[in-house]
Amino acid sequence: MANFYTDNEDLKFHLTHPLMEKMVNLKERNFADKDIYDYAPVDFEDTMDNYDKVLEIIGEIAGDVIAVNAESVDHDGPVLANNKVDYAKGTQQNYDTLVQAGVVGISLPRKYGGLNFSIVPYVMSAELVARGDAGFANIWGLQDCAETLHEFASEEIKQEFLPRFNSEGVTAAMDLTEPDAGSDLQAVQLKATFDEKSGMWKLNGVKRFITNGDADVSLVLARSEEGTSDARGLSLFVYDRRENAMTVRRIENKLGIKGSPTCELVFTNAPAKLVGDRKMGLIKYVMSLMNSARLGVGAQSVGIAEAAYREALKYAHEREQFGKTIIEYPAVYEMLTNMKAKTDAIRTLLYETCRYVDIYKSYSFIAEDRSLTPEERNDFKHNQKIADVYTPLLKLFSSEYCNQIAYDSLQVHGGTGFMKDFPIERIYRDARITTIYEGTSQLQVVAAIRGVSNGLYLKILRENEQISVNPELDYLKHSLIKMTDQFAKAIDKVTATESAELYDFHARRLVEMAGNVIIGYLLLFDANRNDRFKKSADIFIRLGKTENTQKVSFINSFDVKELGYYKY
Amino acid sequence: MSFRIVVLAKQVPDTRNVGKDAMKADGTVNRAALPAIYNPEDLNALEMALHIKSKMKDAEVIILTMGPPRAAEIIRESIYRGADAGYLITDRKFAGSDTLATSYAVSLAVKKLAPFHLVLSGRQAIDGDTAQVGPQTAEKLNIPQITYAEEVVAVDETQITIKRRLERGIEVVKSSLPALITVHSSASECRPRNAKLLMKHKHARTVTELQEETRDYTELYNKRPYLQIEEWTVADLNADVEMLGLSGSPTKVKKIENVVLQQKETILLTEADKDIESLMKELIGTHIIG
Repeated sequence: MANFYTDNEDLKFHLTHPLMEKMVNLKERNFADKDIYDYAPVDFEDTMDNYDKVLEIIGEIAGDVIAVNAESVDHDGPVLANNKVDYAKGTQQNYDTLVQAGVVGISLPRKYGGLNFSIVPYVMSAELVARGDAGFANIWGLQDCAETLHEFASEEIKQEFLPRFNSEGVTAAMDLTEPDAGSDLQAVQLKATFDEKSGMWKLNGVKRFITNGDADVSLVLARSEEGTSDARGLSLFVYDRRENAMTVRRIENKLGIKGSPTCELVFTNAPAKLVGDRKMGLIKYVMSLMNSARLGVGAQSVGIAEAAYREALKYAHEREQFGKTIIEYPAVYEMLTNMKAKTDAIRTLLYETCRYVDIYKSYSFIAEDRSLTPEERNDFKHNQKIADVYTPLLKLFSSEYCNQIAYDSLQVHGGTGFMKDFPIERIYRDARITTIYEGTSQLQVVAAIRGVSNGLYLKILRENEQISVNPELDYLKHSLIKMTDQFAKAIDKVTATESAELYDFHARRLVEMAGNVIIGYLLLFDANRNDRFKKSADIFIRLGKTENTQKVSFINSFDVKELGYYKY
Repeated sequence: MSFRIVVLAKQVPDTRNVGKDAMKADGTVNRAALPAIYNPEDLNALEMALHIKSKMKDAEVIILTMGPPRAAEIIRESIYRGADAGYLITDRKFAGSDTLATSYAVSLAVKKLAPFHLVLSGRQAIDGDTAQVGPQTAEKLNIPQITYAEEVVAVDETQITIKRRLERGIEVVKSSLPALITVHSSASECRPRNAKLLMKHKHARTVTELQEETRDYTELYNKRPYLQIEEWTVADLNADVEMLGLSGSPTKVKKIENVVLQQKETILLTEADKDIESLMKELIGTHIIG
């Protein structure tokens, strides 16, 4: 009897952010659906009540079903039989329960059978599911593919595929990676040829490391333009498993997220439909899909962090050594407090990023029906720009932190944590993938460094300085202003040498410095809205300040000539 | 004619997570300290009903619950899971009813829903643990009963085959319809609340509840008449007041005491008559039997 939504009041805090009213109004567009669908909300309060109640359903499933099944799912894993991937029994039960709850297609419009929820409650559902079982969060999160079809596919494809998500509970996969195209997706070779006779595209080739590869609906990145070798020759296709033209060659045996089937696929003359326009596959659609997937990994990471922190806290309260519970020792309580501060940190960045994404996406859907006013257009661009630089920052920080938190949680458990007797052993393994897939941490830095070079991070930080907070929190703001000055100086120092290589070399340091101040502000504003976050704000800013000073010290004492020491 | 399944469900205090303040000093249940929940085995019964509905061409699931006005929550919770409608049996005159008086009231309500094919309920409720209301209701309706049901083996318009979970094994029985079935906790868990059904029906209220609402529901209810939950009083059931409440309840609670079970000694018994006799004397003497 656990409900992962109602047992964590931080979630409701983020769900009820003041910006929510604007977001709901953009999403529900005068609540026109209320006259067509009996489950559509009539006003803002009604919408928020729906979000709250549906998250309560998902929180209950996460606590009572998904978390309970996690251990057996990790043990059993999926199996490949007769060219079909059979989920572990627990995985199937998890998914069936969510389908029965009618929550698949949570963010799709009602005309496609969805619930038309904002991205905030959608991502929150992913956090809840991931806290129950990180591996299962992938299967849940892959409904992002439906979102991509909704955004870019023709009406005909939308009508064909989208309603099946809610009514039948179809699952999805994004087939991008190939043996020679991992981080570098421009190298994708799977071939798409247009067959004049059938009027269909045919896919031929191999995909590797495909999460939930045997899904009902697959989005496949393929080379449609013969003779090309770069991103401009790639298009996106949608493949229906009922075509029976794809074989699953194997399921990978992995370190963690063992319940999530990672497949190698072979497409043989597989009929597929083109999504959107030719040549835009990677450049536009996959980039968008990847951004959603990165939000998904952000949610997954926060869910893992929450689970790991709770396991450690519980154990530290119970375990006695030298005559007292171990939580009474400074070495242990400091770890726990830092874990909590970091969990709060990545959660606030997660939902802040969601809000920017949600607003700009709502505008882009409105723009399909009518032209935006100049004011709306500016707001759209503003939100999109920030979403673009916050998403990689979120992916970087949340995945790295959830690994640190899982590491520390296992450490709090001592030798017991190394055994399979406690959930932390699984959580620790599950966490490891988050810094790797959907773009490694190193690639997130490549994306996020744009926020440093185009001055956007700095601009946001300077704007934050204008926002007043309770006097008792002024000392934190004062620290953040000093950290911003320090960050600005560090950028100047690195760019002064005009060495592109040095800039790349320090890129992660600069991005992390920016992140520490940005998150510091978010926690400060959270604390300003609710006292509960004061402790985490204080502790996180303390940690960030120390870390940034260290980085500056490294940058300042580093000469471009010394790059040679690091090269092979 | 649609295949009608009536589910008897009860709102109970959650006695599974009992804290320090679960009982009052006088030995009665402190309802304020225990959240009101859907009786767990009634949820198993609801699931079985919904399962049967999915097997039939044209079937409906109707919830009957008896209790104070707030028990309407049970009807909403059932509708969120797929039940078609529900009725709340509520009247101050029902207060103090034991299982006999309750089954009398419930059987009258079920008769009001005739013609019905099946009546399903949980085996027992976690507050009283009597397991009497289901069987007594079947007797009053004069229909066959199958208790401890775990699984529906087969069902059609005229008969049902049920697998029963008993202490030492399983038993498969067949009955004609209409019949009453009490469902065991080993039956399938109830499906979750469905998001769309919840959003559609979350404003469903009884007349009593509507009177307490600050918001005006008139317009909404004109547009969506299905939101109205019907209440049945003693008058609606044409019940004999003497057979309800305390006057209709032969059960009298003599005393409630806290019992801490502990093993103090072990007595070894042989098959000898005198050992058996001394055991019987002790069991009767301590009121364990007899």
